[in-house]
Amino acid sequence: MTKEERVQKVKEIIVEQLGVDPSEVTLEASFIDDLGADSLDTVELVMEFESAFDIEIPDEDADQLATVGSAIEYLEKKLAE
Amino acid sequence: MADRIVITGMGIVTPLGIGVEQSWNDLVAGKSGAAPITRFDASGFKTTFGCEVKGFDPLDYMDRKEAKRMDLFCQFAIAASEEAIVSSGLDLDNDIDRDRIGVLIGSGIGGMTTYESQIIRLSQLGPRKVSPFFIPMMIGDIASGQVSIKWNFSGPNYAVQSACATASHAIGLAYMHLQAGDADVMLCGGSEAPINATGVAGFNSMHAISTRNAEPEKASRPFDIDRDGFVIGEGAGIFILETEEHALKRGAKILGELAGYGFSGDAYHLTAPAPGGTGAVKSMQAAMKKAGCKPEDIDYINAHGTSTPHNDQTETAAIKTAFGDHAYNLAVSSTKSMTGHLLGAAGAVEMFVSLMAVRTGIIPPTINLDNPDPECDLFYVPNKSVKRDVETSLSNTFGFGGHNASIIVRRWDN
Repeated sequence: MTKEERVQKVKEIIVEQLGVDPSEVTLEASFIDDLGADSLDTVELVMEFESAFDIEIPDEDADQLATVGSAIEYLEKKLAE
Repeated sequence: MADRIVITGMGIVTPLGIGVEQSWNDLVAGKSGAAPITRFDASGFKTTFGCEVKGFDPLDYMDRKEAKRMDLFCQFAIAASEEAIVSSGLDLDNDIDRDRIGVLIGSGIGGMTTYESQIIRLSQLGPRKVSPFFIPMMIGDIASGQVSIKWNFSGPNYAVQSACATASHAIGLAYMHLQAGDADVMLCGGSEAPINATGVAGFNSMHAISTRNAEPEKASRPFDIDRDGFVIGEGAGIFILETEEHALKRGAKILGELAGYGFSGDAYHLTAPAPGGTGAVKSMQAAMKKAGCKPEDIDYINAHGTSTPHNDQTETAAIKTAFGDHAYNLAVSSTKSMTGHLLGAAGAVEMFVSLMAVRTGIIPPTINLDNPDPECDLFYVPNKSVKRDVETSLSNTFGFGGHNASIIVRRWDN
């Protein structure tokens, strides 16, 4: 999977999980403030990222995934490990 | 004298149809809602059919994100609530005191399919993969919560659970809240979606459901000698109840009076009814007392009539005890012969039938009643609807655990 494909995958998950329009899923968009997620949604989102990329995201890292951009950044870092 | 409580809105989702009109037409026509199960692969199960709701699309009632976060039982409740609210003519855009509108929707089981799927995740993927929505999708009170959130009704809000008597208890409790002055309007009823592998396997193990796999539409045959268990169903029934004063003040169209309810406990066995239907007798008598009517005032009984060997004989005996000679004048029908058994939603769907009988003078039949059980010798409206003047009707529901609830509906002349 190329980085571009990974970004695409992340956006697809967000669209599917949060029921938002793809155009809303910008890098700056905050899951809670802009995309209508609540705390339960963000937990589920993290789970979906874990399944999609076969990684484990510790609970204490979840705060680092507040926006679309920061989620992508986190996942890239995690996958590079 | 306490306020009279009136019915001003109704909405139903049944295996016969989505909405009042289609369901009622099929009930009057005597159609069966039974068919092979599609919700899961039932091959290898002792029972391979049920009464599923056909053509239900949750996106007709909510967006995709809401739909994903609701178990099917909750989606049914939303759909039926929408129809009930619209039919009530409540003006939600204007001056309405939402603190005075309560919600009380029960479910006999709750989000059973959600429970099942999350247990599979737990066992296959481990505890970290159990959804954060598992608990709030599964709990049986969540339909009341979701409906209150969707329409912003902030009066009394909770659920009640009594297996197959759930909806009747919810309706009776809603009546109590209105009479107690806790609310002006109560949205109430029941909802259920138990057709999943665990549910069917569990009812099979109890020998509670029919295994007439070759003829699903003939399987639910209450009071017939060849009955072999109930047919599992799904759906929802919701009513808008109001105090008479509130309904008249807003010029609501009153569909009928919720005249009374009666509750009792068998105190006998987990699943079998008390011999002679002693608990059922008490619940019918309590309902008549509450409604201020005599046995002779009841014209029609929508029976619990599950099509299990035990229930139908026992309920017949109970009706004879409660009604004496008048038992033989009554029309008694079990519409579970067509809808299957909607468990915690049954009481609401069957109160709907009772109400429609009062409103239209048409009594839907007990279908598949070809050879009545000799112990079942009342007039069960076999196989074809009848026309009869029905002023007052009673609906019975009995739940595992020995929970009995009877509801009486009376004609209202606007």
